Amino acid sequence: MVDLVWFQLLSAVLFVIGLYGVMSRRSAVLIVMSIELMLNAVNINLIAAASHMEGTGKFSNFDGQLIAIFIITVAAAEVGLALAVILRMYRNKSTVNVDEINLMKW
Amino acid sequence: MAWIVFIALAVLTIGGALGVVVTRNVVHAALALLVSLIAVAGVYLVLFAEFLALVQVLIYGGAIIIVLMFAIMLTRSADYPRITDNKQWPLAALASLAFLGVLAPSFVIDRVENTQSQNASFEGIGESLFTTWAVPFEIASLVLLVALIGAIIIARSDEEEG
Repeated sequence: MVDLVWFQLLSAVLFVIGLYGVMSRRSAVLIVMSIELMLNAVNINLIAAASHMEGTGKFSNFDGQLIAIFIITVAAAEVGLALAVILRMYRNKSTVNVDEINLMKW
Repeated sequence: MAWIVFIALAVLTIGGALGVVVTRNVVHAALALLVSLIAVAGVYLVLFAEFLALVQVLIYGGAIIIVLMFAIMLTRSADYPRITDNKQWPLAALASLAFLGVLAPSFVIDRVENTQSQNASFEGIGESLFTTWAVPFEIASLVLLVALIGAIIIARSDEEEG
């Protein structure tokens, strides 16, 4: 059985890679992909904790998996909305680079 | 055995994730993301979360990658074959590494001891989802509906407005 800490380290590395992507990429599509990486890192952490630890109090041992299901649901909704926003952005400004959307910047 | 599978999956996950953040071709980034997400589904299998692995392949591999490909294809601009990062990328790398430097030691120093429990069965997940988590479940369906309507309203063309 692989120890819990290795899953936590994997999730930390994945989260940090996603964070770097969000901060360094210009294209909005790639920023959305990096956000997906970060959400997956959180899911790995939750599911690893769910399968390595006994539940306490009123929480059963697989409640982490259920929270992960909700995160996946929200991620699906977020990607759908992100597609709409990116399409609107492209139609109005003919670019998907977030640093060129500077109308409200001073 | 579990160790070999875990290391292989971890390499695939992190390799795919690095591919997403370093590649210069946006379609390659989407494919690298797919590799990473499918490897994450394998990690869920190592953790005995079969249902989540199934959901991961269906939602991420099936739906989210397709939607991202739509976003790529519908916004194909001249600079797409060779995209560029913004100028602050060294700072971003530094900040990310600093964050990892805080996060990883905090996991290693404050280790949680394993109290290995029984595996979550499909029945257990379903029962919990419709009893303890019934209200969040209903709110999730509402979130999906609102996101659907919002996406349609934001993305429809200008001629149809009025």
